[in-house]
This record gives sequence, structure tokens and C-alpha cells, in this order.
Amino acid sequence: MEFVIQQLINGISLGSIYALIALGYTMVYGIINLINFAHGEIYMMGAFVGYALTTFLGLGFIPSLIISMITCSILGILIEKVAYKPLRSSSRISLLITAIAVSLFLQYIMVYFVGPETRTFPEVVDSERLMLFDGKVILDTRNIYILGITVILMVLLQYVVRKTKTGKAMRAVSQDKDAAELMGISVDKVISVTFAIGSALAGAAGVLVGIYYNTINPLMGSGPGLKAFVAAVLGGIGLIPGAVLGGFSLGLIETLVSAYGGSIYKDAVAFAILIIVLLLKPSGLLGKDVKEKV
Amino acid sequence: MKAFNKNNIIQIIILVAIIIIGNVLVSVGIIDSYIELNIVLIGINIILAVSLNLIVGFTGLFSLGHAAFMSIGAYTSAVLTRNFNSPFIFAILMSGLVASLAGILIGIPTLRLKGDYLAIATLGFGEIVRVLALNNDYIGGAIGFNDIPQYTNWNYTFIMVVLTVVLISNFVKSSHGRACISIRENEIASEAMGINTTFYKVLAFAIGAFFAGIAGSLYANYFYFIKPDSFGFMKSIDILVMVVFGGLGSIPGSIIGALSLTVISTLLQSIPDLRMVIYAVILFLIMLFRPQGIMGDTEFRLLNKKEVKHNVSSKGK
Repeated sequence: MEFVIQQLINGISLGSIYALIALGYTMVYGIINLINFAHGEIYMMGAFVGYALTTFLGLGFIPSLIISMITCSILGILIEKVAYKPLRSSSRISLLITAIAVSLFLQYIMVYFVGPETRTFPEVVDSERLMLFDGKVILDTRNIYILGITVILMVLLQYVVRKTKTGKAMRAVSQDKDAAELMGISVDKVISVTFAIGSALAGAAGVLVGIYYNTINPLMGSGPGLKAFVAAVLGGIGLIPGAVLGGFSLGLIETLVSAYGGSIYKDAVAFAILIIVLLLKPSGLLGKDVKEKV
Repeated sequence: MKAFNKNNIIQIIILVAIIIIGNVLVSVGIIDSYIELNIVLIGINIILAVSLNLIVGFTGLFSLGHAAFMSIGAYTSAVLTRNFNSPFIFAILMSGLVASLAGILIGIPTLRLKGDYLAIATLGFGEIVRVLALNNDYIGGAIGFNDIPQYTNWNYTFIMVVLTVVLISNFVKSSHGRACISIRENEIASEAMGINTTFYKVLAFAIGAFFAGIAGSLYANYFYFIKPDSFGFMKSIDILVMVVFGGLGSIPGSIIGALSLTVISTLLQSIPDLRMVIYAVILFLIMLFRPQGIMGDTEFRLLNKKEVKHNVSSKGK
């Protein structure tokens, strides 16, 4: 029992990170139907910005989190303007390859400038271990930080999307781009805002990973990037609650699979579950089936 | 059309001449081992690109798992030639068949999915194959599979490239190929015309996987050594880039795409630090300036000039 609770705690922390990255994937997909493969690299950049701020400038956890989120959202807007906007009218496949090109570019430009080696993220959050159930379950304060920040960011996101005018415009564009434009919504601006918000969340995830796992390297984005994308599809791509559900379920599944001796197969399990879900319910767990129209 | 008309005989003579010239050049030493390495790589990439073009370009199935079929072929061939001392030609054939079987097995359930969802499912399949290979001790696991006999040479590579190109371009021109193209253009309409879309999708997938398996076999028996990570997601993307660069639905395009991207990545090896950065920039520039690919969807008309240009050149959405 205690073992399961311990694994649930670890799973929720991992799931929070997946969910934060998955939100960016799902929002971008919802707006321009692009699988933004460069999103994992924005998360990596977030971790590196956080590392630079805490190590060289000695900033605390919260200021570096916020600055890193802002830097990432600027980077996200920049990527969208430079790489995706000129290609918006071309085929999906060339957009996808462009996204992969951006992802490779960011990975290897970082390898070139900072070197491929793994770095240790400084301990900016005091990690206290709370013993529960007579010390059989360890709850690290960092687990609480990660979950807390994830929840705060998600509530903020929900507020922006549901209650503000920008959010309304985002939902309108994701439903029908042309109609939204006719209603006087600047589609370009909405796309930029979407990239900014998604990238800020990925940046936050990068800093959180830094404080939780303590190690970062320039190629760290590709693995969690793919996983978070799987999470977004699992929950129903294009849906914000879907990304959260998918992220947490994937985190929990992975930790439980590793805990019960399947750690070498945990990547395969994630993808196998994805394929099964897609076959049973192609639109994802929360997605609505769209009838085929002739 | 007769099988032995003037055009076909001329083509066969040209091909035989190329094989002989190649052999002479190898034995004289003009093609040294470095050039041969690149020729074999180009050949393998042409087979991969042309076979993926059948799936993505002609049938319109967005597959991101082509490297998985290559890896299945490579491991089949490696096991057969090293552990069972089987003749190479048998190993090549078996690699193709096993990969094709995998294609059918994965294709039947997943090909019901459309567009991006199919892409994700095939991506997942590729990752599953990689993880399974990483954890299988019989085939070396993460360490890799060593001491594979080197059988691949100029003759095998060239013959396999020619076979792939001829068989796939003939398939595309046949009524089965037209069925595949109709699925790409409009699946609902072609289903309404009585085409068994599931059958043709799985067929295209199986044929594409067959040739990818052959490419894997050539790869394994050239480089002595294979490891699961050589056939990951990035390899699938590399193949897809060749196809898109050449032009979706154009076989000469795929050949040019495979040729030029292999040459580009070989040239970039002289600057290892910035290799991937420049590669990424080149990819981006190609997509920006020539999103429809070098050849668009031009058909093979190099030798058969009389062939009527019958392919529907409508640009889908």
C-alpha cells in the first residue's frame, strides 16, 4: 500500500511536467493543426534559462521561473513568426518537417554553444523530506512545489481561455479560422498569443524538471517532448482538459510500470497505450467523434 | 504492350552496361572503398525513399515509422547471415518478407486512422520496435549486433535499387496503383467507386515495408554492425524528408531527393560541430522555397517517352 502511494506521488510529479508540456502541444494543434515538434526544445531552453539565472545570477526559484517563462514565450513567438508563418499556406507535411528542422536547429545550436554534457541544476528549493506512514512514504517538498505550480498555472490558463477576450478569440479561431477573421479577430495575433502561452508553460516545465531531477542537457527535450505529445493525443488533441488528463495518466502509468519491474519497457508501454487508445477512440479519451461528411 | 519491345530491350542493355561499368571501376580501383560506401548509402536511401513514396506520396498515408521496417529487415538479415549462414539473396528476400508481414500486422488495425493520427500511431509503432530491439538479448540489445558478414556490394545494391524502382513504378501505373492514387485524392469517393480502400492501403503499406526491409538487409550486411538506435524516429524523418524534398508522388523525385540529401549529409561530415545546425537550416530553406518538392509530382518519363502522362495532377488540399 505504502509502495503504491509512493509511486503515485512520483507519478503525479512526472505527470505534472508532462501535462505542462502537453498543454502547449494541444493549444498549438488546436489553433493551426500543427504538431509542433519544436515544443520539446522550448522546454529544454526553459530549463537552460532557469539554470543560467540561478547559477550565474543567483536568482531565487520564483523569479527565475517567471523570467524563464517570459523568455520562452518570446522564443515561441519568434519561432512562429520566422519558421511557421511563411509556410502557413503550404501542405501539412512541409509544416511538420519545418517543425522538425526548428527542433534540430535548437538542439544542436545549444550543443554547439553550451556543449553536449549534462549539467547539474543548483538546489534552489530547499528539499525537505516529509515522512508519512511511519517513514515508509517519503514526500519531498519539491513534489509539492511541482504540483502546486502546475495547478496554479493550469487555473491561470483556464481563466485566460474561458474568461478573457483573448481566450474567447483563441476558442473562436480554433473552431473556424475564416469565420473568426470575418468577426474582426486578428488571427495572426491569436496564433502568436497561443504560441506565447504554450511556450511559457513549457518553459515552466523545464525549470521544474531542473529542480526535480537536477540534471539538464541540450538533448533533454526530445524524449519528454514526444511523451508529452503522446499525452496530448491520449487525452484528445486540441482539448485543454484532455492534455491535463493525458499528462497525469501518462506520468502515473510510466511510474507504475517502472515500479513493477518494467522500467526497460516503459517507453514502449506509453506508445502501446497510445496506439490502443487511438484504435478504440481515435479522437482521444475526451475527444468527441466527428462524423465523416461527404 | 509487349514485354520485349524496343524500349524495354534498350533499358535492359543500359542497365547491364551500368553494372559492368561499375564492376570494372571497382576492380580497377577508381571506385575506392570511400566512394563505394557512399554509393551503397545512396542506393539504400533510394530504396527507402521510393518505398516510402508509395505509402506517403501515392497512397496518401502519413507514415512516420518507416525506419522500423528497415530495422526489422536489418535484424532479420543479420540473424540469418550470421547465426544461420544463409545465402545473402535468401536473407534479402526473407528481410523483405518479414518486414512486409510486420507492415500487414501493424497496418490492418492502424490504417483505419487518418492523417495526423495515423502518423502518430506509426511513430508509436516505430518507437515500440526500437524499445523491443533494445531489450532483446538475442539480437544484442542496446550494445548492438556485431560481426555481420559483409555481403553487400555494388552489384547487390544496384540490382536492388533497379528492382525497387521498376517494381514500384510499374505498380503505380497498374490498376492497383491507380486505386492507391484514388485513395490519396479522395478516400470517400474511391470507396464509393467500389475500391476496397482498406485492402489497398494495407497493400501499399506491405509493399513499402517489403522494400524498406530489403534496404535494411543491405544496410546490415554492409556495415557489419547495427544497433536499435540507428533506426529511431530521426531515421524515419530523414527518409520522409528525402521523399518530400524530391516531391510527393514522384519516383524520380525520390531518387533525386535521396541522392542529394545523402550527398549533403556526407559533405557536412567535414564540419561535425555545425553539421546538424546546417542540416536543419537546409531543411527549412527547402520547405520554404520548394514545399512541393523538386520534381512536384512528375512521373517517370525518362526513357518511355511515348507513355501518356495519365496521372491526375490535381493538388490535394
